Amino acid sequence: MADPMRIRAQAAGDKATVRVLMSHEMETGLRKDASGKAIPAWYIQEVTAQLNGKTVMTAQWGPSVAKNPFLQFSVKGAKAGDKITMSWIDNKGEKRTDEATVS
Amino acid sequence: MRTLWTLIAVATVAVSTAGLAQQKSASDAIAEYRAMLADGNPADLFEAKGEELWKQKRGPKNVSLEQCNLGKGAGVVKGAFVELPRWFADTGRVQDLESRLLTCMETLQGFDSKVIINTPFGKGEQAKIESLVAWISAESKGMHFNLPQAHTAEKTAYELGKRAFYYRAGPYDFSCASCHGQEGKRIRLQDLPDLTKNPGDGVGFAAWPAYRVSSGELWGMQRRLNDCFRQQRFPYPGYTSDVTVALGVYMGVNAKGAESIAPALKR
Repeated sequence: MADPMRIRAQAAGDKATVRVLMSHEMETGLRKDASGKAIPAWYIQEVTAQLNGKTVMTAQWGPSVAKNPFLQFSVKGAKAGDKITMSWIDNKGEKRTDEATVS
Repeated sequence: MRTLWTLIAVATVAVSTAGLAQQKSASDAIAEYRAMLADGNPADLFEAKGEELWKQKRGPKNVSLEQCNLGKGAGVVKGAFVELPRWFADTGRVQDLESRLLTCMETLQGFDSKVIINTPFGKGEQAKIESLVAWISAESKGMHFNLPQAHTAEKTAYELGKRAFYYRAGPYDFSCASCHGQEGKRIRLQDLPDLTKNPGDGVGFAAWPAYRVSSGELWGMQRRLNDCFRQQRFPYPGYTSDVTVALGVYMGVNAKGAESIAPALKR
């Protein structure tokens, strides 16, 4: 099981800024280990953001995204107390979903 | 006519932005890059892991680290980081955060500290210590360094650290002071802090442990010092060895009053 994400969501005016830190190796598949063997690719492929259960964003990611990625976006119409749910799926099929409340 | 005026206006804007671009130095650009990254410092992930590890029952004795004395009494974490390294009565040694954690892991949890010392950085229990270090240092974020120098052993460690800092050797005839003994030095585009005095808040000693974007790992002070020795082509000093702790005392005492921003973010 992957480590939890750190999600911060803050409402300001008619939108909320969401900042997410994900814990992931994000191996490109192009690096080699000490013995010269290629390290298999392992990266997040799809990221989904939900506001109160309704999908507001999906993102297709690839191996060029950094290790332990940081994602920031704003959601229109999100108010304090709303629920933000973030999920990702990587190319090995591993998943992780975390929730945060907009403050 | 109107188009002509617009053209002139556009040209003026272009000239002034070109002028601005020249004024911006390389270190400004790096500072901008750091500021952009600072908001999403992945050290947060390590902090969360560290807090969990502190409270988790682990090791052969299945005990948590919550009774570990980091210098401010058993279990007190807040403010402990800015007073380390310091002398500990129970071990009779001056210890930094990492060597103190090793002591706690041995006495409380029953780990063999020798095995941990010989584990490579970032592997096994060493990786766990890095998370612990992230959390413990974060608990003192914003506080000012104030290392004790009351005990004779602490004074001796300072003098030893000073010697080690100025000791020139190796194929390059380098010492720590070659790079960190003067203001305004840099390696490639990186500004180097002058560690013989307080280089300012959140710089030098006050900026480690830190998350290194280039390696995607959290580095404790021991790992940072090891890399300094490696770059000077010195032999590996050993994890939590006397000389690395003494260097910590020397830099820490010099950094008195500096504000800790650890765990920081590094290129």
